[in-house]
Amino acid sequence: MSTEARAEHFPAADWDGGVFPYRVGHRKLGMWLFIVSDSLTFSALLIGYSYLRASNVWPTPFPFYPSIVFSSVMTFCLLSSSLTMVFAVSASSRGDRARARKWIWGTIFFGLAFLVLHLIEWNHLYSEGLRPFSLPAEWVARYAAPNGPLPSPLFGATFFTITGLHMFHVFTGAIYLSVVAARIGKLKHEDVEISGLYWHFVDLVWMFVFPLIYIMSVDVGAH
Amino acid sequence: MSGETHEAVHRHPAPTGFVWKYIFSLDHKVIGIQYITLALAAVLVGMTMSVLMRMNLSWPGTNWPILGTLFPGGAPGGMMTPEFYLSLVTMHGTIMVFFVLTTAPQGGFGNYFLPIQIGAEDMAFPVLNMLSFWVTFVGFIVILSAIFFSGADSTVGPIGGWTGYAPLSALGQIAGPGQGMGMNLWIISIAIFCVGSLLGALNFITTLLNMRTRGMSLMRMPLTCWAWFTTAVLALLSFPVLLGGGILLLLDRLAGTSFFIPGGLYVSGILSGTNPNFPAHTGGSPILWQHLFWFFGHPEVYIAILPGMGATSHILATFARKPVFGYRAMVFAIFAIGLLGFFVWGHHMFISGMSPYSAMTFSILTLSIGVPSAVKTFNWLGTLWGGRIRFTTAMLFAIGFVSLFVAGGITGLVLGQTSLDLPMHDTYFVTAHFHLVMGVASIFGMFAATYFWFPKMFGRLMNESLGKFHFWITFIGVYCIFVPMHTMGIVGMPRRFAQFTEYEYLKTLHPLVVLVTVAAITTVLVQIVFYFNLFWSIFKGKRAGENPWDATTLEWTTASPPPHDNFAGHLPVVYRGPYEFAVPGAANDFVMQTEPEVTQQPVGSGRERTSGNGHDGHRR
Repeated sequence: MSTEARAEHFPAADWDGGVFPYRVGHRKLGMWLFIVSDSLTFSALLIGYSYLRASNVWPTPFPFYPSIVFSSVMTFCLLSSSLTMVFAVSASSRGDRARARKWIWGTIFFGLAFLVLHLIEWNHLYSEGLRPFSLPAEWVARYAAPNGPLPSPLFGATFFTITGLHMFHVFTGAIYLSVVAARIGKLKHEDVEISGLYWHFVDLVWMFVFPLIYIMSVDVGAH
Repeated sequence: MSGETHEAVHRHPAPTGFVWKYIFSLDHKVIGIQYITLALAAVLVGMTMSVLMRMNLSWPGTNWPILGTLFPGGAPGGMMTPEFYLSLVTMHGTIMVFFVLTTAPQGGFGNYFLPIQIGAEDMAFPVLNMLSFWVTFVGFIVILSAIFFSGADSTVGPIGGWTGYAPLSALGQIAGPGQGMGMNLWIISIAIFCVGSLLGALNFITTLLNMRTRGMSLMRMPLTCWAWFTTAVLALLSFPVLLGGGILLLLDRLAGTSFFIPGGLYVSGILSGTNPNFPAHTGGSPILWQHLFWFFGHPEVYIAILPGMGATSHILATFARKPVFGYRAMVFAIFAIGLLGFFVWGHHMFISGMSPYSAMTFSILTLSIGVPSAVKTFNWLGTLWGGRIRFTTAMLFAIGFVSLFVAGGITGLVLGQTSLDLPMHDTYFVTAHFHLVMGVASIFGMFAATYFWFPKMFGRLMNESLGKFHFWITFIGVYCIFVPMHTMGIVGMPRRFAQFTEYEYLKTLHPLVVLVTVAAITTVLVQIVFYFNLFWSIFKGKRAGENPWDATTLEWTTASPPPHDNFAGHLPVVYRGPYEFAVPGAANDFVMQTEPEVTQQPVGSGRERTSGNGHDGHRR
C-alpha cells in the first residue's frame, strides 16, 4: 500500500506512533502499571494504619530480642531473594537460561523461607493471645495509659491485615516465579525481567511494612 | 529509535465456534458490545428501582398490589416499608454508578473504539480484556444476588446508600435489615468490580501508549482517546484504594476487627459488647472509611463523565463541520480535571466535620475545577460557533450533554463552598446536582455515542425520527425531573426519606414531587423507544457505508462493522490531526487522518505546533 511505503520516510520520534515510546513491550508496561495500582492498595492500608495509630493508644510490644531480631532475619531472607533475583535476570540477559533458572529457584527458596518464618511469628503472636479483635491481657495491662485509655485492639487488626496481604503477595509471587522457572526455556528474557519487577516490588513493600509495623512498635523499655 | 516495533502486536486468529466468537471472545469489539449489553441490562434494573422510589414519594400509602405480590415482606399489602425504600436507594445508586456509568462509557465504547481510533488491531492484552469483562459480570451477578439474599430481611439489599458509610455498614445484621448478608454481598461485589476495572485500566493505558499506529502522535489522537486514557489513569489510581477500604470493611464484618467502628456504640437498642450479636469494638474511625471511599468516589465521578466529554467533543466537531476549538486546551483541560479530581474528595465530607483549614483547602481546589470545566464548555461553544451544523440525533444529544453539564456543574460551585454545603448537604439539592452532572450528562454522552457509532458497530443507521423523538422527550424530561429537585433542596427537603407526609413545612412541595414523578415515569417510558430503535436498527436499519457522517478519524476508514483485525490486514498510517473539517482549498469539507499531505511534512518537525488539530488555523 502506497501510504505505508511513504511513511517509511518519516523520521519517527518516540511519541509519534508505530513504536513503543518507553522501549518496553506491552507486558512490561502492564506490570509497571499493575505495580502502581497495587502500591496504592498498600498505601491505602498503611495510611489507614497510620491514621488509626495516631488516634489511639498504641501498644509497642515488640522487644528487641526476639521480635526485632527475628523479623530482621525475615527481612534478610527477603532482601537475599531480591539479590538472587537480580542474578537470575542478569543470567537471563546473557542468555544463560540454566543459570537463570537456578537463581530463580534460589529466589523462591528465600521467599518461602520468609513465609515460613513469618508464619512461625504469626503463630507465636497468636499463642501469646494476639487476635485481630483483641490484645493479650498482659499487653493491655502493660500499655494502658496512666490516665485510663486502654491500648487499642487495632494493633492486631492492622498487623494481621497488612502483613497478611503482604504474605499473600509473596505467596503468589513464589507461584509466579516457579511457573517462570519451569517454563524458562519457552520464555523471552523480558518475561523473566517482568517477574523480577513483581518480586522486587513485593520486597519494596516490605521495606515500608517492616519499619512502620515492626520498628515503630519496638518496646524500648524491654530487657 | 527503538528496535522494537509493532510486529510484536498480538495477532490472534479469528475464532470460529460460537462460544469463542461471542461469549469468551478476545476481540475488543465483541467485548465492548458485551460491556454495553451489561450496562443496558443493569440500567433497566436501576431505572425500575428509581420509578418505585418516585411512586412511594409522590403517592405514599397507596397500595400497589403487584408490589405486594413480588415483595410480600418489603411491601406488605402493597405498601412499601421505609427499609425497603432505603434498600432501593442503595441498590439504585450502586448499580447505576458501577454497572452503568462505569461500564458503558469506558468498558463499552472505550473498548470498542480506542484501538480502532489509534489504528491498532486489538487491545494490548486480549485475554485480560476478556477477563475484565467477565470479572465485572460476576460482580454484577453478586450485586443482583444481594437482592435475593436480602429477601429474608424484606429488603432488596443494604439500606445504607451507595457510599456504604461506616459504622452501620461495618456492624452486620444488628445495624438493620439488609445490613447482614446483603451488605456482605454488596462489599464483595464492589471488590470484584474493582479488580475488573483495574485489569481494564492497565489494558487501556498500555494499548494507548504502545499501540498507536505510525503517525498517530499524541496530539493527533481524537479527544475521545484522551478522555478514555485519562479515565483509565483515574481508575488505575482510585480503584485500588476502594479495594483496600473494602477489604478492611469486610474484615470488620467477618473477622471482628474495628477499623471503622468506634467504641461505645449504641445501635438498635444494644450497647456494643453487651450482646453476642454485637461484640465489643473500640478505636476505629468511621471517618477513615469516608476518606478511603471518597478518595475513590470523587475520581469515580470523572470516570463516569470524562468519556462523555470526549464523545461530545468528537461529535460536535463532526457535525459542526469544524475542527475542535482549542484542541490543545481541551487535552490539558481533561488532564487538569483528572488531576484535580484526586485532591477534592474532602468536599463530600464537609458535614462530617473537619478542620476549617482542611475544608477551605478542599473548597478552593473544588472550585478550581470550574476552570478546566469552563475551558471545555467554552471550547464546545467555540466549536459550534459559525459551524454548518447538521442536527443529527447524535449531535442533539452532544449539545444536550453540554447543556446538562453546565446546568449540573454550576450547582457544584454552590456545593463546593463549605458554608453553603453545610445546610444543603443532605437535601435534594445534592441529589439534583449529581444526577444532572454525573448521571444524566454522562448518559447523554453515551446516547450521543450510541447514535454516532451505531452505524460503525452494526453497519446500519439508527432511525433518526425515533431518535429525535427520544432526544426531545428525554431532554425535557430530565430537566423536569431535576430542576424542581433543586427547589426542594433549597426549601430543605432531606434526601433518603421514604416519605414526607409527617412534615408540615414540606406539604406545599407535594405538587412538585408529583410533577417530578410524572416526568420520571415519562422519561423512563420513552427509553422503550430507544431500546426498540436499537434492536430494530440492528436488523432493519438503513445500510450505512464506511463513513456515513463524513467524519475524519480512523474508525471511519474501515468497513462497518470492522473486520476481526479492524483494518483487514494492514495498519493505517496517519498524516494529520483528527478534526480537519472545512480545510480551505481541500476537495471535500473533511480530510481523513490517513490522507497524505500534498507537501509531506515530517512528523515532529514542529510545523504542526500552532494548533494540536494539525490544522494550523486555516493557514495553507
